[in-house]
This record gives sequence, C-alpha cells and structure tokens, in this order.
Amino acid sequence: MSDDDVAAVGSTVAAPVRASHEPPERDITDGGPDMVQFLAADGTRVPLTEVNSPYAAYLDELDDEALRGLLRDLILVRRVDSEGFALQRQGELGLWPSLLGQEAAQVGPGRAMRPQDYAFPGYREHGVAWCKGVPPENLLGMFRGVNHGGWDSQANNFHLYTIVIGNQMLHAVGYALGVQKDGDVATGDPGRDTAVMAFTGDGGTAQGDFNEALVFAAVANAPVVFYVQNNHWAISEPNERQFRVPPYRRADGFGFPGVRVDGNDVLASYAVSRAALERARGGEGPTLIEAFTYRMGAHTTSDDPTKYRISAEVDIWKAKDPVDRMRKHLLAEGVVDEAWLREVEAEADELARRIRHACQTMPNPPHEEMFEHVYAEPHPVVAREAAEFADYHAGFDD
Amino acid sequence: MTSTTPDLTTPTSTAQRTTIAKALNAGMRAAMERDPKVVLMGEDIGKLGGVFRITEGLQKDFGEDRVIDTPLAESGIMGSAVGLALRGYRPVVEIQFDGFVYPAFDQIVSQVAKMHYRSLGRLPLPIVIRIPYGGGIGAVEHHSESNESYFIHTAGLRVATVSTTDDAYWMMQQAIASDDPVVLYEPKRRYHERGVLDLGGGLPDLADAPHRLDEAVVRAEGSDVTVLTYGPMVKVALAASQASELEDGPSIEVVDLRSLSPLDTGVIEASVARTGRCITLSEAQTFTSIHSELAAHVQQHCFYSLEAPVLRVGGYNIPYPPSRHEEVFLPDLDRVLHAVETVMAY
Repeated sequence: MSDDDVAAVGSTVAAPVRASHEPPERDITDGGPDMVQFLAADGTRVPLTEVNSPYAAYLDELDDEALRGLLRDLILVRRVDSEGFALQRQGELGLWPSLLGQEAAQVGPGRAMRPQDYAFPGYREHGVAWCKGVPPENLLGMFRGVNHGGWDSQANNFHLYTIVIGNQMLHAVGYALGVQKDGDVATGDPGRDTAVMAFTGDGGTAQGDFNEALVFAAVANAPVVFYVQNNHWAISEPNERQFRVPPYRRADGFGFPGVRVDGNDVLASYAVSRAALERARGGEGPTLIEAFTYRMGAHTTSDDPTKYRISAEVDIWKAKDPVDRMRKHLLAEGVVDEAWLREVEAEADELARRIRHACQTMPNPPHEEMFEHVYAEPHPVVAREAAEFADYHAGFDD
Repeated sequence: MTSTTPDLTTPTSTAQRTTIAKALNAGMRAAMERDPKVVLMGEDIGKLGGVFRITEGLQKDFGEDRVIDTPLAESGIMGSAVGLALRGYRPVVEIQFDGFVYPAFDQIVSQVAKMHYRSLGRLPLPIVIRIPYGGGIGAVEHHSESNESYFIHTAGLRVATVSTTDDAYWMMQQAIASDDPVVLYEPKRRYHERGVLDLGGGLPDLADAPHRLDEAVVRAEGSDVTVLTYGPMVKVALAASQASELEDGPSIEVVDLRSLSPLDTGVIEASVARTGRCITLSEAQTFTSIHSELAAHVQQHCFYSLEAPVLRVGGYNIPYPPSRHEEVFLPDLDRVLHAVETVMAY
C-alpha cells in the first residue's frame, strides 16, 4: 500500500489503520496523564497530583513492616515464577505461563484484598495466588498434567485458574450477585463486607464474556472489581489489535468508574485496588482497573516472542522493572537494608527448593482416578466405563 | 391423528387437571419454597412470566431477588449462574428458545459441565438449564430446534425432558435438587396440554416422586416393536401404538426415555428383549445424535434379541426448515407406522 493509498483510506475513516510492520505512532510504554503512579521508574516518590492524591491515604496506612512485606512478596513471587519456568525447561512441567514483569500488578491487588474477598484468576495470576495464601507448589499440578486445578479454591477464596479467556469474568459477577443476596455488602463490618475481584488481560477485553460481565455487574451494582492487566501482548497481538479505546476508558460507557494504574508500581496498584475494593464492599458497585504493565517473558513457555516484537521495546520496560523499583525505593528510604535483602534472597532460595522438590516428587495420579468426580452423584456410564477400564488393565497383571 | 394425552395418575381428592406449563411452574414454586437458595434467572421471566409464562407469578411471590430478569445475553446468564452456584445458590436458568442457547454453549460445555471434575469434586454446580425445545408451532428460524444431542455428548451434564404434567412437576424439582448440572428440555408444543396432577397438600417430599429423574418409563406396553422416544414425540408414539392396536396391527411398546443422559439402559434393554425390534423416535436430526447412541446401544446389548435392524425416525439432516415444511419435516404418525411396517417385514 502506498502512502497515497493510506491517505485516501484515512480520509474516509476516523483513524488510519497503520500497517503492522510500522512502529507505533505513540510511545506504548507511556501510560499517559490519567495513570495513577506513586513510584517513578527510578524508585523515587512522584509528587501528589490530582490523579494520584485520591489514593494517597491508603499508602499512609502502610507502616515499614507492610512496605517490607510488599517487597518480600515481589521478590518471592518472581522466584516462584522463575522456578516454574525452569521446571518447564527441564521437562518437569508441560507448560508455564510466566508473570515476569507483572509482579507489582498482582501483588498490589493481592494484598489489597481481605481474606473474605474472592478472586477469579485467569491462568497467570501466580502473584495473586501467593497473596491469597495458595501454596505455590499447588499451582504446578495443572501444568504438570497431574490435575486440572490442585487447590481448594474455597480454602483461600482463590478460584481455580480459568483457561478459556474471559469466562471467569462472569463467574466473578455471579459470585458477587450471591454476595449481595447474602447481605455481605455495606454492613460496615470489615470482617463481613465482601468484594470479588476478576482478573484478565488486554486480550480478554475483546471477549464477549468480558463485556457481558461489565453489563451484568453494572445493572446489578455488583460488588466486583474488574482488574485488567494490560501487559501489551495477547500472545503475538499488540494492543492495537485488541482495542482503539484503552480498557479503563471503556468503563464509563458501562456506567461505572475506570482507572488506569501503573502496574509496575506496587504502591499504586495496591492503593487503587484498595479504593475499588472498598467501593465494592460498601455497596457502591463495580470498578474497572487497568494495570498498565508489560509481559517481559513469552506468553507461555511454548511461545517465541522474538518473532513478533522488538527487543528495544523489552529494554524500555526493563528499565521500569517493578521489583527493582520497589527495592530502590525502600533502600533509599531506609526501610530495608542489604542484610534484609540477603535474608529475603535466602528465603527465596529455600522457597524455590521447596517448589522444585514438590514438583519432582509429585506422583502421577493412578489412571483409574480419571473417572472420578465427573458427576457429583452416581452416574452409570462413568461407573461402567471405570469398571471396564479396570478389568481391561487387570488383564495385563499376569 | 388421535390426540390423546396420557393421564398417568389416578385422580384423587387432591388431584387436578392442569397443563405441562402450569406443572413446571408448580415444580419451580415447590423447589423455591423448599430451598431459599433456589433462584430463577432469565430473560423476561419476571413481570412477564417468561415468553411462555412458565415462571408466571413467581417474581410477584418470591421477589426480584429470587426471580431475576437478566440482561439479554445468554453467556452472561450462564456464566453468572456459575458464580452464583459457586457462592452456594441453585440457579434455574431459562433459555428463551432452543436456538438461543448457543451463545451460552461455551459456558455450559467449558465451565458448567467440567467444574466438578476439574475441582476434584470440590465445586459442584447445581444449575438447571431449562430449554423449551422442538418444533410444530409455526415459529420463525431458531425457535424450533431439538439440539439435545449437543448436551448428551458432553460429560458432566445430565439431560432430561418431560412429557407429562406429572413429570413436569416432579422432574423440575428433582433437577433442581440434583447436585449435578441438569439440562431440562421442555416440549414447547405441548406446554398447554392437560393432564392430571396430584399436588397433595403442602410441600411434597421428593422421596414420594413416582419416578427417579434418570428413570425411563414404559408408557404403553406392546410385544412386537419398541419405540424409544421422549418429550414431544411421546404423544405421536402413543397415537401410533393405539392406531396400530385398533387396526390389529403390530403391538407397539412405547418407552418414554425421560432421561437422555444418562440413559436408563435397563428399561431399554428389557423392552427390546421382549419385542425384538426397535425404533428410535425424536425430532432431533438422526446423524450423530441421540438416535445414533440408542441404535448403537441396542445393537450391542440386545444383539441376540433383535429380529430387525434398529431404525431411526427423526428430523431430516438439514437445518430446521421454514415452518411451512414442518408438517413433513417432523416425524408423525404415518412415519412411525411406516417404520413399524419396515421392521416387521424382516
């Protein structure tokens, strides 16, 4: 297509479509003036502005212990992720979806939730799982092919991973409708009022289920927070292939607030999530949060991002690293020192060893177990096939 | 064609004549009275009572909190029903017409059917998906389908259908009480047919139900040919059985499957063992369908009893045609009797 052709097309449509090989016209690493941020990429506190000041009070509640806790989470979650990646490369896992680069985008909301708040993840929310208290080794079963979800979701109020993109957004809304019916909203009892948090990515915003979830939540004023981690890549497709209007601005059309937050700034993602969760628990309805972040690794271990994105883009985001940012900040503030960091690194090493050991010693399930739990009540077809299967294999015993 | 609706209960002092539609309504009402966690969801089910009025009066009596008019989005309804069930509710979802279930197909197949399995039994989803189905009402496209084969193919779902007022009342309650997801098909053409229903006094005990949810019932006894059928076609099969009897033709046994998944194979096999001949009868297209499963099952398990191949009488393997064709598209008395003649000729 010549430049003239582009101009001709551009005269008839609202915005000219750029060819996919051209660099973006705008800086995709810049979240723009609406983005809530408290920590600059170099770890310094940014001044209070009209945009971030409504959330500042939540940070005042964080004492040094809580701040150290956030950094510890970031470091440990990154180690969980790198161990998952390594286990896949060594053949212990069939697949691993890395969260590298999204640690702060997940630890913020993870720590903003109360125990009674219920999270509905996609499949990359290892950081949220960590904050909700799901043992990381329990995440491995599904990636090792041992089960489809090896944790008790009701024990930690963290639902099983959902692989079909966007399905879980509606589950979150339905759960929130149940919370409403139970009267667990706006009672003023901090141990009772409950919010639900639904996680997806930029790719998920294109799904019908995502948009239906926003409609259903809006009309019911449901206590739910939609949390979109815009990591800029839906496997190989950039934001430009997903939407023309950034996700946070879509909320306005559905009738509730939308906020863009710096997803690489754990203080910002924490504070914005706190505000949205309190709104939900207080009966004020849903919020859509877009965490502006970046998928530093591949979509999963089966993906090769060098085929579709340039390393310069990755380098820019490397300079915005969420873990380094919080580490620099707390070092500069004197909240942590090198000795504390060494302790956490040692803790991370021990955690990695624990995960590795759990993975390597995870037994294959007995094959007859594949017939279990298809139905809650007895079912003749499953029972018959299970019996035939057992008989068939018993024939090889001799 | 004779138009006999079987009265399957003996009238008693508390029995009354009612319709399948009203019996379904009464079943939901009883379930809602029994369990406060039962909630109804769907399009237009509140003030309007649903486009077929099956939920009529329930919002007025149970409130908007338990009878929920949803936005017009089937995946949204199904997905939020999943969330409600995870929170401990028992949603009963109305799909307005058979052909409108497909936007919810992903949620049904990927989530509803699999949640108990993938959670290792921790997360049952006691959801009832009500679908008015079948043709014969002169409707426009997408309003007359018999798409039950999609759901019987899906492990994790139970699929059942009603053909009498009695079943409408009891099976609705049994489906709602089940800890498994149940797709409950309602023969829309027969909604307003009457039968006798004994509501007794007060809330019934489910243990008193005349049949289990997954039980097949012999509606007419016969000795020459078994017709395996359900829902809308039970009436056609019974008419064929009576017509043949009046003409001293072959003796036709009518088995109302009621449960399409799982199948009550005991009743099916016992009947075919008696008659030696089997016809499957349903509005569903025959290719890779409930017909196929029944034929395969009967040939495998009744092989030495069979005097003739199993024949399938169903919808032709085309999209549901414009309604001016439906009188020849839908199986009728003549097609059933023709199939009976064919199997008797072996």
